[in-house]
Amino acid sequence: MKIDRRDFVKRSGTFLVLTSAAATAWEHVLAGTPEGAPNYRLTDHWWAMAIDIDKCVGCGNCVRACKIENDVPPQPFYFRTWVERYHVPGGDIEHPVVDSPNGGHDGFPETYLPGDGAKNFFVPKMCNHCTHSPCTQVCPVGATFDGPDGVVLVDKSYCLGCRYCVQACPYGCRFIDPRSNTVDKCSLCYHRITRGLTTACCETCPTGARRLGDLKNPRDPIHEFLRTHKVQVLKPQMATGSKLYYSGLDGSVR
Amino acid sequence: MSGRFQDVGHLLRMAGLFVAGAVVFLIVRAVLVPEGFGTWGHFRAGALDDNRAHPLRYAGRQACADCHADVVDARQGSKHAAIGCEACHGPLAAHAEDPDAAPAKRPDPAALCRSCHQLNVARPAAFPQIDAAEHGGGEPCVGCHAPHHPDV
Repeated sequence: MKIDRRDFVKRSGTFLVLTSAAATAWEHVLAGTPEGAPNYRLTDHWWAMAIDIDKCVGCGNCVRACKIENDVPPQPFYFRTWVERYHVPGGDIEHPVVDSPNGGHDGFPETYLPGDGAKNFFVPKMCNHCTHSPCTQVCPVGATFDGPDGVVLVDKSYCLGCRYCVQACPYGCRFIDPRSNTVDKCSLCYHRITRGLTTACCETCPTGARRLGDLKNPRDPIHEFLRTHKVQVLKPQMATGSKLYYSGLDGSVR
Repeated sequence: MSGRFQDVGHLLRMAGLFVAGAVVFLIVRAVLVPEGFGTWGHFRAGALDDNRAHPLRYAGRQACADCHADVVDARQGSKHAAIGCEACHGPLAAHAEDPDAAPAKRPDPAALCRSCHQLNVARPAAFPQIDAAEHGGGEPCVGCHAPHHPDV
C-alpha cells in the first residue's frame, strides 16, 4: 500500500482524535457512579481539620455526637474522638497530669482549683488523617488505606482484625470493634463530607473549636485559619504528615 | 527436520510448562483479587462506597433552616447564632426526613446549659461561666436567658 503525505496526516489525525475520545469515555466508565454522592469527585478534595484549643470548653458534644453518628460501641472506652484535660502544675510541660473521664463523653468534673499555679486546658483528639500514615503502612492485606481525597479509611469486609495498625498509630486513634472484631477509627464522617455536610463533631461543636477544611478548595476558610494562626501538628518528629492542625498547642501535649 | 531445529522437544515442553503456570497464576489471581483492587491504590475501590453508605443521624443545620427559618431569624445577632441546631437539640436526621413520625424532643435546659457554662478552671477564662450552686438561686436558666438569644 502506498501512503502519501495527505493520507498519512488524515489517518493519524483520525487515530489521535478517536483514541483521546475513547480514553475520556473509559475514564468515565472507571470513575463509576457512587450512589450516595454522584457529584463527588475524589481527586478534587484533600480533607483536613483545624482545632483551636483556646476555644474548646470541654463540653463533650463532639464525643457524644461522634458516638451517635458513627455507631461507636457504647462502652466508655471506645472512641473515634475524645477530649483530654491537661493540668500542668507550675508550668512544667515535661510532667503534665492528663485525664479524660469517659473520654469527656459526660463532661469534666471540676477537679482542679483556680489559682493553684497550674495551667489547665482541653485538647480534642481524633484520627490525624496522616498523609504518610503509619497504620496503613503496616496493614498486611490493604484493609486500611489513604483515600485519594486524604481520608484514612478502613475496608471492614477485608480487615483481619490482626491489630497491627492499632499498635502502629502513634496517636492511639484505633480500636477493635468487639461486635465485628475488625478495626474501627474516625472516618472523618466520610458519609457526610462526601454529601456536602460537615462532620458530626464540627456540626455540634458550640464554639467552633473544630473546623473541617478542604485544602484543595482555594475558597475554604481553613486557608485563612492556617495563615492567621500559629499551628502545630501532634508528634511532628514522627513525620506522619498529619492533617490535624492545632492552634495554641502546648508543649505538654503528647 | 532441518539440522537447525533438532532436539527442541525439551525446550517446547519447558515452554509449555511456563505457559500453563502463567495461566494458572492468572486464573488464581482473578479469583482472589477483588474487583476494583488497585484502582486508587493498594485497596478495594468499593471500600470508599461502603464508607459512604453509612446512614446520617445528624441532618446538618441547613436541613433545619429549610423549615425553621423563623428560629434562624430569631437567633440573628445573638451570641448563640453560630451554634448548630443539633448541638443542643440532638441528632434529628430522622425528624428532618419525616417530622411527624419522629418528633423533636425539647432538651433539658438545666443540664444542657451547664455542660458548657458550669465554672471549670480548664475552660478558657474569657468564656462566660457560672457556678450553678450560687448563680440564679435555683431558678431554671431559661427563666432569665432565652436559649436562642441569651444576651441579658
